[in-house]
Amino acid sequence: MASSYNAKEEDGQLSGAAGSGGVGAGKSKKPDNTAFKQQRLPAWQPILTAGTVLPAFFVIGLIFIPIGIGLFVTSNNIKEFEIDYTGIDPASPCYNCSQTLTWNSTKPCVCKVPFTLEQSFESDVFMYYGLSNFYQNHRRYVKSRDDSQLNGDASSLTSPSKECEPYRTSDNKPIAPCGAIANSLFNDTLTLYYINPNGTESLVPLQKKGIAWWTDKNVKFRNPGGNNFNLTAVFQGTSKPVNWQKPVYELDTDPENNGFINEDFIVWMRTAALPTFRKLYRLIEKKNNMIPTLQRGNYTLDITYNYPVRRFDGRKRMILSTISWMGGKNPFLGIAYITVGSVCFFLGVVLLIIHQKYGNRNNSAEIPN
Amino acid sequence: MFRRCFNRWCGGDENRVDSRTIYVGHRRCPGTNTYLPLKFCDNRIISSKYTVWNFLPKNLFEQFRRIANFYFLIIFLVQVIVDTPTSPVTSGLPLFFVITVTAIKQVGDEEWMMWITETSLQMRMNTIPAHLILGLVCRSTEDETFPGCSIQASLDGESNHKTHFTVADTEKHLDSFYATIECEQPQPDLYKFVGRMHITKDGLEPIVRSLGPENLLLKGATLKNTKKIYGVAVYTGMETKMALNYQGKSQKRSAVEKSINAFLIVYLCILISKALVCTTLKYVWQSHPGHDEPWYNQKTQKEKDTNKFLKMFTDFLSFMVLFNFIIPVSMYVTVEMQKFLGSFFISWDKDFFDPEIQEGALVNTSDLNEELGQVEYVFTDKTGTLTQNNMEFIECCIDGYQYNYRDSRTELDGFCVTDGPVSKLQEKAGKEKEELFLRALCLCHTVQVKEGTELHGMDEVDGIGASDDAEQCCYIASSPDEVALVKGAKKYGFMFLGMEGKHMKMQNRNKDVEQYELLHVLNFDPVRRRMSVIVKTKSGETLLFCKGADSSVFPRVQAEEVERIRMHVERNAMEGYRTLCVAYKSLSSEEFEQTDAALQDARLALQDREERLAQVYDQVEAGMHLIGATAVEDRLQEEAAETMEALHGAGMKVWVLTGDKMETAKSTCYACRLFLKRTELLELTVRTLEEGGRPKEEKLHELLLDYHKRAVQDRHKDKDKEGVTRSWSSGFREFGFIVDGATLSLVLNASPDASASRYKSLFLQICQNCTAVLCCRMAPLQKAQIVKMVKNSKGSPITLSIGDGANDVSMILEAHVGIGVKGKEGRQAVRNSDYAIPKLKHLKKLLLVHGHLYYVRIAHLVQYFFYKNLCFILPQFLYQFFCGFSQQPLYDAAYLTMYNICFTSMPIVAYSLLEQHICIESLLENASLYRGIAKNAMLRWGPFLYWTLLGLFEGLVFFFGVYQLFWNPALADNGQVFGNWTFGTIVFTVLVFTVTLKLAMDTRHWTWVNHFVIWGSLAFYIFFSFFWGGIIWPFMQQQRLYFVFANMLSSVSAWLIIILLIVVSLLPDIVIGVFRQPQGPDRQQVPGPDPAGCETRTPLLSEATSAGATEQTSQCTRILSTFQYKQNLIPDWRPPGPLLIES
Repeated sequence: MASSYNAKEEDGQLSGAAGSGGVGAGKSKKPDNTAFKQQRLPAWQPILTAGTVLPAFFVIGLIFIPIGIGLFVTSNNIKEFEIDYTGIDPASPCYNCSQTLTWNSTKPCVCKVPFTLEQSFESDVFMYYGLSNFYQNHRRYVKSRDDSQLNGDASSLTSPSKECEPYRTSDNKPIAPCGAIANSLFNDTLTLYYINPNGTESLVPLQKKGIAWWTDKNVKFRNPGGNNFNLTAVFQGTSKPVNWQKPVYELDTDPENNGFINEDFIVWMRTAALPTFRKLYRLIEKKNNMIPTLQRGNYTLDITYNYPVRRFDGRKRMILSTISWMGGKNPFLGIAYITVGSVCFFLGVVLLIIHQKYGNRNNSAEIPN
Repeated sequence: MFRRCFNRWCGGDENRVDSRTIYVGHRRCPGTNTYLPLKFCDNRIISSKYTVWNFLPKNLFEQFRRIANFYFLIIFLVQVIVDTPTSPVTSGLPLFFVITVTAIKQVGDEEWMMWITETSLQMRMNTIPAHLILGLVCRSTEDETFPGCSIQASLDGESNHKTHFTVADTEKHLDSFYATIECEQPQPDLYKFVGRMHITKDGLEPIVRSLGPENLLLKGATLKNTKKIYGVAVYTGMETKMALNYQGKSQKRSAVEKSINAFLIVYLCILISKALVCTTLKYVWQSHPGHDEPWYNQKTQKEKDTNKFLKMFTDFLSFMVLFNFIIPVSMYVTVEMQKFLGSFFISWDKDFFDPEIQEGALVNTSDLNEELGQVEYVFTDKTGTLTQNNMEFIECCIDGYQYNYRDSRTELDGFCVTDGPVSKLQEKAGKEKEELFLRALCLCHTVQVKEGTELHGMDEVDGIGASDDAEQCCYIASSPDEVALVKGAKKYGFMFLGMEGKHMKMQNRNKDVEQYELLHVLNFDPVRRRMSVIVKTKSGETLLFCKGADSSVFPRVQAEEVERIRMHVERNAMEGYRTLCVAYKSLSSEEFEQTDAALQDARLALQDREERLAQVYDQVEAGMHLIGATAVEDRLQEEAAETMEALHGAGMKVWVLTGDKMETAKSTCYACRLFLKRTELLELTVRTLEEGGRPKEEKLHELLLDYHKRAVQDRHKDKDKEGVTRSWSSGFREFGFIVDGATLSLVLNASPDASASRYKSLFLQICQNCTAVLCCRMAPLQKAQIVKMVKNSKGSPITLSIGDGANDVSMILEAHVGIGVKGKEGRQAVRNSDYAIPKLKHLKKLLLVHGHLYYVRIAHLVQYFFYKNLCFILPQFLYQFFCGFSQQPLYDAAYLTMYNICFTSMPIVAYSLLEQHICIESLLENASLYRGIAKNAMLRWGPFLYWTLLGLFEGLVFFFGVYQLFWNPALADNGQVFGNWTFGTIVFTVLVFTVTLKLAMDTRHWTWVNHFVIWGSLAFYIFFSFFWGGIIWPFMQQQRLYFVFANMLSSVSAWLIIILLIVVSLLPDIVIGVFRQPQGPDRQQVPGPDPAGCETRTPLLSEATSAGATEQTSQCTRILSTFQYKQNLIPDWRPPGPLLIES
């Protein structure tokens, strides 16, 4: 970018200042001779010309293309496995469950979905559940929550916000946690078994903690009653959300992961941006440097099928993914960077050619003179 | 307009009584028994519309009458009433902000202005109580300001001297003075006052004396030259003429505002169609079974019960509310602020400071700043504007003999004959005639003598007073011509010594003092164009002396006398001098008595006083003898020619409208290079019409057709021949057009048949094809007529009027922009103008620099505002497609609210105040740059479309870029996912940065303020986001953004996408900007067309004078070429071609 500092002469500024201090100047209407009032503030006057933008294009190109390649390679190195277990297809193991599912069924419907990993997952593996056609970003849904209740506010516990309607009270008791979001908490249970080459199943250990934002878990979401770990007593007088099978204080046995600070719950409460989304479900930590986290081979996904999605044409997926510094697998960023970098580079070349051509003509025109 | 309304309103109130009666000193006249105290207001001026009590409701009402504010109020109410996606705060807060700022600005504006005038008056008024009551007799001493309008001695708000007279027969002792004053109801005309005073002397018949404007002192006047006076307050408080005249707010609206309104309608259409599309699609989408009410998202009972059509309607309103930010609330307030603050730069400009009058430019309205950059027609007055109105007596002609005064060649008797008519060289007129002529000069005027400084301790010499050091006295008059003539007479030995009572004293050549009794002064007025005095000599002879314009004097004198003098008058006029003819008449005693009675009678009339006076004047001033003529030189203003050249170079057409003779005006035009040697003059005057002896109409028709052929048709042919590219090169013919008042009225008021409108259109076409037009012998109203005609012609060009005198007021008010020159003819023009400058030469900088910059600034401001709100709202619109058309806002309420008032407002305000895309020096040197922005170039549909497309593109990039990223919402390196608020925050961050950087790229003039504000608002955004998300806000329903921003920044992907999207969004603008650059050798030349052409077209900044300037100049040049090239690419930029009149 061409630039030059153009400090315009502030000729009379001194005299102007002196004048205004003088006795006579007070009466005179002569305008002050200051740089500001005379619109003569020193200014930097950049202009975009081919010559100045040209290097910028090359620089952007040269920076973006490597970044893009890096991103692309990183994204490609991320291993991701996705399986749809909705059970739409009659051949699918969960078909029966999906057909017979009712909210009131006391006996959970369990189905087993076998799958094979072609590659081993070397680093930490993250297990997600994905939902499709689920409008968590619908306005009625998004606002249907009471953050002060979730923050442990006692008065909000007993009289939740009106925004929670129609999930505010049930049986004349306030619902805790109230609102449509909490009510529709994802309640399928997923367990993963590795089928050893010898045919025996071994449970893959899944970690429940560390899936929610730290600030959510520790600040935004708090159980009422402070340090009282007797959540049953704390939630006395409240009702469970209508669609829940058990009350909020029975979400987990671990007191650090129970009630409002249950991480599955917190993750669910962060509404997704788009109707097709995934949410972090479990972590599979790498334990041993020698053994990959998930070996290649056969696995079974055991699903306690509770969550109905067929009624709104939804889909449920389970995703296993490794994570890089840029997050999950997404080739878009890499491709976009490469494209933009190339376009900049190309424009740079075009401009250079134009510049050269005209520059030459300029020179040749000057010679006869 | 407003004033007329006001008068009507006022009049309605006062219709009951046509006149009011005031009892002087509240003493009942012995004769009358009835004393009805009428209710008159006290002397407080309630200058503003507002009082403390009614301010809030009244101001709010005023503000909500503005369509835009009303719209936002409606949106706010919808938000309060209907269940809308955004909280009422989001639009309530900006609305509150806007209303507050506007209210402050209005109060500030008004109160401040009034306060300034009021306090400055009050300060001087310390001796007079604020509660002046009508009829109160007050004494006023010299230099004191008058508290109310009162009858007697001196002034009218103009800072020049006016002579006012005490009412005759009132010199009695005040204690025994009984009188009533009957006068008209208050009216705003400063120069009219009609009243009558009944003086009751003890036991005698009441005497009736007439009261005219010369007896009325206006509020705010100061007394000069008289030690003290006694006055009666006749109008007080809100009824004073000054107060009635303070309606000064201009109702003019600028072209930019019209553009804004047009764009607003487009955006309103976009808004409504968006809302309609969304509402429709919402119901289409909901018709799908699982969508409307899935099990996880049940409706409340109330929602289920709502009528479906009502629901649709509220949905529509909700979408309107959601997208309403596309119409920028804050734009109005920003535009107003920009105009208000920006106008200070004009009054601050030291180049406009004139050391002579110790004043700079004055801005009366801030609404029209940018209009200064759009001027196409300049209408200028001649006297006092083009010329200095600093009169100098050059020569006179007595009885056909010419007397040319030269100091160096003064003969003993003060006369030197240099060149008379060739045949009569060295001859002189008879001594009697000479002396009669000089006596006439000494007597026929309204000049007053102000004694030397030592006597009264007054050292103030008014602009009008011409002081004479030797004699220690100076003349004071309302017209500089008169002073020049009196001084001229003095050079020839006849010196006016002043008035003593009713006697005029003068010293003749023999140093004898002669005395004449002044019987009547028949005042000058622009219709009669002459004035007379009736005096009585010592010997008892009654004489009438008359001086006036030749056209008004010649018909009233003997024809053979005219023949002797006409030649001189015409020759003098050719040389650019102002000529006046002097005539006299000896009145017999019967004649005089008749006249005297008629005058008294007419003067006492309360109705039609002016008409009756004029009639009497007409009768008296007949059958006179012409004695001679005078020539007074009125020098050109400094740099008048340069200014006119610059205006021509800037593509403006200059019309000179003057009341002067054609020859005088023409020579002035040549002198200030409006007409060049090669200019072909087309004349349409009484003289050309009279040639050939045919009926005037016929000749007029013929001439019009002929001129039209020459000026319009042929030129178009030339243009076609030369081809489009070369048509505007300097080789074509230039025309000047001269028309006089009489012919003009013939054209404009032609008989109402079909040809009449055709005349007008022909006439206008000719005028528009001429580089300069001279209209001479114009009455003030005709000036306005001309302006109006051009203003309403096709293409509605922007007109500017500049003038200094009261006779220019009508055209100043009529034109889009009225400029007053702080001249010597009083303050009326200045008061009625939009901008006032001390000298004509300041017009160049005012238009070429200030006008240009203001226009570019405001145009950019407007376009930018629409653009930034389009790309603000577009992602929100697109998001509806992915959230089931549920009106879910993409951004948090805080962002929605703060976007326009905090995050993106300050940079554009700074830009719109400080930007100089071309440096001031270049703008001044290259008048042709002004053409680049002609015809509202930056606010036409082309640029608007460009900005809109840019906004659309960026909105799409923002949304779909982030959308693609959220295909996998696991963006953190710990595998955690981001939700909808992170989505919105990423989009918003990209948006704020892009929009601010776009402005940064457009900024060509980076002062520290720009740096501070641009980087400051970005920093503020980041700071605010951390702050807003860093706290669990008490009393808030939802903590949506809690740590969203911080978590977003912890993700590398979010950083990368933000950078990428900013680059992608700005890339097209940079590329287009670069490809618009001039490439190759042409870049140093002005590519703009150059139709009218100044005679010497200075190559663009080719000569850099000093070494120091070179670097700066080259910098300017580069910016310059960029700018010009850009302008060239604006799609429908056309050179200002011939305009056609709307039929």
